[in-house]
Amino acid sequence: MASAFEYAPAPESRAVVDIAPSYGLFIDGEFTEAADGRVFKTVSPASEEVLSEIAQAGEADVDRAVKAARRAFEKWSALPGAERAKYLFRIARIIQERSRELAVLETLDNGKPIKETRDADLPLVAAHFFYYAGWADKLDHAGFGANPKPLGVAGQVIPWNFPLLMLAWKIAPALATGNTVVLKPAETTPLSALFFADICRQAGLPRGVVNILPGYGDTGAALVAHPDVNKVAFTGSTAVGKQIARTVAGSRKKLTLELGGKGANIVFDDAPIDQAVEGIVTGIFFNQGQVCCAGSRLLVQESIQDELLDSLKRRLSTLRLGDPLDKNTDIGAINSEEQLTRITSLVERGEAEGAERWSPACELPSAGYWFAPTLFTNVTQAHTIARDEIFGPVLSVLTFRTPDEAVAKANNTQYGLSAGIWTEKGSRILAVANKLRAGVVWSNTFNKFDPTSPFGGYKESGFGREGGRHGLEGYLDV
Amino acid sequence: MSTAAPHALADVTASDSTLRRFLHGLPGVDPVGLEARAASLGTRSIKTTAKAYAIDLAISMVDLTTLEGADTPGKVRSLGAKAVLPDPSDRTAPSTAAVCVYPDMVPAAKAAVAGSTVKVASVATAFPAGRAPLAVKLADVHEAVSAGADEIDMVIDRGAFLSGNYLKVHDEITAVKEACGSAARLKVIFETGELSTYDNIRRASWLGMLAGADFIKTSTGKVAVNATPANTLLMLEAVRDFRAQTGVQVGVKPAGGIRTTKDAIKFLVVVNETVGEDWLDNHWFRFGASSLLNDLLMQRQKLATGRYSGPDYVTVD
Repeated sequence: MASAFEYAPAPESRAVVDIAPSYGLFIDGEFTEAADGRVFKTVSPASEEVLSEIAQAGEADVDRAVKAARRAFEKWSALPGAERAKYLFRIARIIQERSRELAVLETLDNGKPIKETRDADLPLVAAHFFYYAGWADKLDHAGFGANPKPLGVAGQVIPWNFPLLMLAWKIAPALATGNTVVLKPAETTPLSALFFADICRQAGLPRGVVNILPGYGDTGAALVAHPDVNKVAFTGSTAVGKQIARTVAGSRKKLTLELGGKGANIVFDDAPIDQAVEGIVTGIFFNQGQVCCAGSRLLVQESIQDELLDSLKRRLSTLRLGDPLDKNTDIGAINSEEQLTRITSLVERGEAEGAERWSPACELPSAGYWFAPTLFTNVTQAHTIARDEIFGPVLSVLTFRTPDEAVAKANNTQYGLSAGIWTEKGSRILAVANKLRAGVVWSNTFNKFDPTSPFGGYKESGFGREGGRHGLEGYLDV
Repeated sequence: MSTAAPHALADVTASDSTLRRFLHGLPGVDPVGLEARAASLGTRSIKTTAKAYAIDLAISMVDLTTLEGADTPGKVRSLGAKAVLPDPSDRTAPSTAAVCVYPDMVPAAKAAVAGSTVKVASVATAFPAGRAPLAVKLADVHEAVSAGADEIDMVIDRGAFLSGNYLKVHDEITAVKEACGSAARLKVIFETGELSTYDNIRRASWLGMLAGADFIKTSTGKVAVNATPANTLLMLEAVRDFRAQTGVQVGVKPAGGIRTTKDAIKFLVVVNETVGEDWLDNHWFRFGASSLLNDLLMQRQKLATGRYSGPDYVTVD
């Protein structure tokens, strides 16, 4: 950082959000304790401060929630689409009205910078509800034939990296198509889902249409296995996804999985270099790299390798790491101690296997879970850090010589969620994009999301699409 | 043909075709990405001590400007006085960097800022259209320099640039630079609003630097689109890359349309995070503005007193 112009701290006020000392499960329109009385704590990853105590749903609670959702389904699915749309529009507007509160809450619970919750997460959350509200009365025209039917009760399990956004991706299309929902947020980030429960009440949503069950993996497993759940939607790790696929196999449950990734960000020698550097930064350091579609493998054409890496290192030196509630913070805290341990061990493995590690001079706060932005050069396809998803602010840099080699290396992964192409040549964008086995291919940009655009993976990145018209299909009997 | 280009790039200006090949070989600019980056820097929150620092820095970077057909020595005199002492009620406010006037007003401006650190800049070379024979432009420059101008702001021939006649533009700049001699620093104005694409702005930036510009400047302030955070970011990237390649540091001056403290601070953030402290003083970065200064002064008074005073508490010059 330039020493001449130090930015004074600009913290967002915590006073805009009122976090209760404890929260219950949200079942059938009411907050309630867990049947067996179990609770767990949720902490702020930036300070390790305990934010609240949360009821932990067990099997009995899952059963109660699914039954409530089943009862609600009869009436909810029978409503005219325009009526369901009214509720969804109302929810979307309340989210907009409460967006500052929700952004602060999400930052406290997740550790990501307020800049991202304020400018990326919350606008997208509202946009998803608005978008699917618009579909609710037009399902006849969605391309699935006349009068497509909802599936019933949807059991949804979401991760901790974008707690409220993943909730929106799951709940908005489910409700628009007439399904009812039992959703389990991640154990490290349950708060925004519980605030969403309150928003459902504020919007006058009928009881039981949305149920929220905080808990750990066993809660999710019970939900997925419940015989009266008709649809399972999961976003999270590939390992858990495989387990869910085994559980659901042979049942009549419909399943969509959105799992891990190891996205390739391909920079050709005729790329707009300065914008490519920005795109690489967005690709891997957005949300501390805890993004399934992160561009975690940089494939750079050998001829511009030095120039690009110099620019990239210079740019990384300007990233500001620290208090996520400071409006000037670019890099926040890692979500949990467990995740930090995983990142650390994979990075050590990278070093041990001979890749070259680099980080900008960067002071880490003493409390909380932190990891400095990290770059690995001299990485090959054979290195673990080029194959395994790290889910942290760690970029592996590989090189290529020809477009064919770039495509071959990009596709040489067990995943297939995202990819990026940087070149000024339009024909090359189209040619390369057609050959990449990835659900999303961005060109001259990265990590851009829009509710109208379908998102999902190839291979071990899962199946099914969320967002867009395609996102309706997973919740309809077609 | 000239030898103005730094040694490392001397061959580039050997002919029209080598120059064209070089300029068209520069990395492209993706407009969406460039504007997104500029917008994201605009969301930095600058408060308290950082804001006080930024306001004083911005004041010291202002080229206080009057470029009207109706300019008189009296008007220029009061502008000069204001540049030297921007806020008579608070003498801790720094002087501006320069006053910027038409060539015939240079003597009046020199007299007005005599004995201060304030420089006199003059827009020579048939400003703002630049549509005059080279001999006329050079005479304009000689006039200003011999009257004591410390800095010359020249406009490039956009017609020649847009028709691909890069060497003509280059040679005009080197001729003007020669006319400036060692007495005056040369600021080259591209009129970015007329160049229309970011690729052109990057090429013009390199062209100007190859020809020996001491400063590259966005615009005249006389067209619809003048300085923006995006085109300033792009020009900063160009001076950064030019220094890395040649060792020669060139200044940047956004001009036109920067009216509020908030805007000025956004530009300073762009400087800070693109090229850093090496450019964070008025030898290397300027604001071409006339109305910006009063807003900076009012914000400065507000920081000092806790109250917003209003336009009657700053001078109208």
